[in-house]
Amino acid sequence: MVLQALFFYLFAGVAVASAFMVIAARNPVHSVLFLILCFFNAAGLFVLIGAEYLAMLLVVVYVGAVMVLFLFVVMMLDVDFAQMRQGVLQYLPIGALVGLIVLVELLMVVSGWVIAPQIVGEGAAPIPPAGEIQNIEAIGLLLYTHYIYFFQVAGLILLVAMVGAIVLTLRHKQGVRRQDISQQVARNPQTSIEVVKVKSGKGI
Amino acid sequence: MSVFWSDYGLPFIIMLAQSVLLMVVLLVVIAYILLADRKIWAAVQIRRGPNVVGAFGLLQSFADLLKFVLKEPVIPSGSDKVLFLAAPLITVMLSLAAWAVVPVAEGWVIADINVGILYVLAISSLGVYGVIIGGWASNSKYPFLSALRSAAQMVSYEVSIGFVIVTVLLCVGSLNLTAIVQAQETGLATRLGVPWLSFLNWYWLPLFPMFVVFFISALAETNRPPFDLAEAESELVAGFMVEYGSTPYMMFMLGEYVSIALMCALTTILFMGGWLPPLDIAPFTWVPGIIWFTLKSLMVFFMFAMVKAMVPRYRYDQLMRLGWKVFLPLSLFMVFATAALLMAMGWAP
Repeated sequence: MVLQALFFYLFAGVAVASAFMVIAARNPVHSVLFLILCFFNAAGLFVLIGAEYLAMLLVVVYVGAVMVLFLFVVMMLDVDFAQMRQGVLQYLPIGALVGLIVLVELLMVVSGWVIAPQIVGEGAAPIPPAGEIQNIEAIGLLLYTHYIYFFQVAGLILLVAMVGAIVLTLRHKQGVRRQDISQQVARNPQTSIEVVKVKSGKGI
Repeated sequence: MSVFWSDYGLPFIIMLAQSVLLMVVLLVVIAYILLADRKIWAAVQIRRGPNVVGAFGLLQSFADLLKFVLKEPVIPSGSDKVLFLAAPLITVMLSLAAWAVVPVAEGWVIADINVGILYVLAISSLGVYGVIIGGWASNSKYPFLSALRSAAQMVSYEVSIGFVIVTVLLCVGSLNLTAIVQAQETGLATRLGVPWLSFLNWYWLPLFPMFVVFFISALAETNRPPFDLAEAESELVAGFMVEYGSTPYMMFMLGEYVSIALMCALTTILFMGGWLPPLDIAPFTWVPGIIWFTLKSLMVFFMFAMVKAMVPRYRYDQLMRLGWKVFLPLSLFMVFATAALLMAMGWAP
């Protein structure tokens, strides 16, 4: 148990510190890299509570794919740091308000655990205890039965977002020659070569 | 204290010893597959390849190692120094870390975790950070362009690798790498009534299209020719590592070859029955599993090397087309078809 606690404080400490560095770092690329470190430590915390599938998924999806795109965008944008710093005071009240709301909500959740532990997980579907079945199996059994509609709606939302992004950015330029693989494969000597006998001294 | 020692201390030391052993063996093997790569390439082009250092050039890789280590590392003045030096470290560490879950023989694995294959996928998807950080931290145009290119390439092909793995998992019913190999002990040959032809049991035959997709995606994922657009010499000088020299450069190279070896091992585990003997009869079953595993992995590496020698480089748009328009639909369809077949025939584990 001691070791588990030690690892918990290691992961949690690094996660909080790197989360702080995300907003404190001067260079936006460093911010993104700190965010990646934060996700990584969150994955470590997932492993500690026995949710190894979620941990791996967090690394594969967020760190391996989403953050790469983030990093792409941040690296390619030409961000002016001085200009970014100027608006800080202006947005401070809104930021403080959001922070306050999140803090109050967190306090409510935690006090819920302390005051009335029996209501925790009341609204959720029952899950088998860890160790009885693997957690990928447990997630599958819940996700594809009890929460199938939510799951499909989430998929649909992602699909619509993807279609939207494609519609916004796709544009077919006229007069650009594109490679048509099927046409290339279908070519044969009869359609592509013309043998011409040219008399010397005369062109075609 | 004694409980602490027996619960944590001893397993930790055992694991450490195993890791060191695996790493030493792996690095020596890497030194020789690097040489093999160059020798095969040379043989295809009717050259001799490296043949000066040691007999038949057997010590060439070690000479290269010394050469790299003894040179002065140059750090560009405009670069982000910390990230510039961190990038090669990240590459090497991640590619070595993935080996922790690879079972090289029955029970010969450092961490036999439930989500083994997902761990490998996660770690290899992080490999892109070494490339992208290295390219960016150099603060130079060509490395950055090349980093963007190869990051896009690696992310694209990860998708189809993921689906290939899902197809295999559907047949196995577990994410554990050992379980994946054990599931290939029975299969097509057993059903046909010729259990001694055990190489027909392995998944390369029933999942042949996926085997091909996985092999090609593995080439693209590790930036091997014909998908070595990251280091297209003609356009980008040498890719994202233009600004690197000496030891940091060597670490990039090492990371690349370690992940190539990992992909070979993974192909062996997923499709070629891991440590299982190819024929389930007497002289073959006497050979220890580690030998079969090594031989199969080396065979896959031979295919990697031959592809490098024979196939011309893809153009970037062709590469993207192949990944998104050919492999992705094909592998999605195969996931669907495999799942449907397994359910319809009642074969699902």
